[in-house]
Amino acid sequence: MITGIGAVTPLGTGVDKFWPRMLAGENAVGRITLIDPSPYTTQIAAEVKDFAAEDWLDKKEARRVDRFIAFAVAGATMALQDAGWKPEGEEAEEVGVLMGSGIGGLTFLGEQHRRMIEQGPDRVSPFLVPYMIPDMASGYVSIVHKLKGPNNCVVTACATGANAIGDAYHIVKRGDAVAMLAGGSETPVNEISVAAFSAARAMSTRNDDPLHASRPFDLDRDGFVVAEGCGALLLEDYDHAVKRGAKMYGEIIGYGMSGDAFHITQPDPTGDGAFRAMRMAMRNAGLKPEDVDYINAHGTSTPYNDRLETLAMKRALGDAAYKTKVSSTKSMIGHTLGAAGAIEALICLLSMRDSKIAPTINYEKPDPDCDLDYVPNKAQDHKIDVALSNSFGFGGHNVCLAFRKI
Amino acid sequence: MASDILERVKKVTIEELQVKEEEVVESASFIEDLGADSLDVVELVMAFEDEFGIDIPDDEVGEIKTVGNAVDYIGKKLGEGQK
Repeated sequence: MITGIGAVTPLGTGVDKFWPRMLAGENAVGRITLIDPSPYTTQIAAEVKDFAAEDWLDKKEARRVDRFIAFAVAGATMALQDAGWKPEGEEAEEVGVLMGSGIGGLTFLGEQHRRMIEQGPDRVSPFLVPYMIPDMASGYVSIVHKLKGPNNCVVTACATGANAIGDAYHIVKRGDAVAMLAGGSETPVNEISVAAFSAARAMSTRNDDPLHASRPFDLDRDGFVVAEGCGALLLEDYDHAVKRGAKMYGEIIGYGMSGDAFHITQPDPTGDGAFRAMRMAMRNAGLKPEDVDYINAHGTSTPYNDRLETLAMKRALGDAAYKTKVSSTKSMIGHTLGAAGAIEALICLLSMRDSKIAPTINYEKPDPDCDLDYVPNKAQDHKIDVALSNSFGFGGHNVCLAFRKI
Repeated sequence: MASDILERVKKVTIEELQVKEEEVVESASFIEDLGADSLDVVELVMAFEDEFGIDIPDDEVGEIKTVGNAVDYIGKKLGEGQK
């Protein structure tokens, strides 16, 4: 049962800020401001503009932690506030944290690496190790909120957020915790990350026209737009939530995973890994293809992903795929990498709550290989009982989460 | 000279540990009174090195427990440099 959600996104910090803007089809992509983008092949990103670490951490910590840690604390704090619950005493031993990050604190690592080169190894900060390791999202959140249950971290590139939620779901389901804070946090708009993703030829280079750069499923797509963000969900045992009188967004009913075993960055050319993850999620949720009302696609806007994900959705759902609504919210907020699966999971829950589907914007020229209903350009009213969320990561990690409305 | 060092030690301490100016008195211990942990102390010592252009060897860091210790230590170092 999901009883609390929190998000830091390029369309705003806080669910109440970003969700209305997303339904309005707003676009957060622009020229990079966090670093000087001029030397890079790709000079655009979706940055979070309204975030202040001091709002979530004490002054000393806010001043120095890596941004991905501050985002994680913000997201987790919002999820707990939304749930209206502050676990204390013995109860806190039953609440754990599983927040992941695809790449961790590369901003801090980059700064310290420069310091080491310019000033020598003795000048490296004693905080480099704790602030760069991806598991510090979970560690820090547990320290801030005194949550003493299972504490773990998932690192599966762009599938991180979805894996974290799925693994946390299993922890609650088997009774090792009454609740888990789960999600992902990522802040890749730093020099080394932008350089590295540029080198991998994965990102859009539409520098002169950032508002049209993220265009999932459109024929003219040319790569993803990197973004920063955090999504956090409080997964709570049903009986516990009922006893507390908690509001419930919905429940997780399926979690599918697979490996492509094909290539380090390219997806399997038949979409087989993605298909098998979807099949596993649907099988363990007991879903028939026609039960699926909405899929929040991975939909990165890369030529490969969108074509092969479409193929996978058609294999998983058969003819029903053509009647299922599919959208990629990355068209508005870009690709938040390890946070994407978590942000998109909570978008599924909000879509179910409000019976509204956020659009795929910038959908202008249909691609013959992408022939499903991608909810183009405008949000749609649509009753959703069951939603799927796909996430796929470099390394060939494929994840599908299935949600049902309460 | 000593009062100048004190002011600069105070400035660095306030910046690094985000504490209030009135807390940073000569007798204040960085760990016990100003809330620093062992990592904070390492970073603080580096900030003193930057501020005063001196090198503080690891085996001498133990001498710097309070604000006053830092002022004395830095005064001694700067004095040595002038000889």
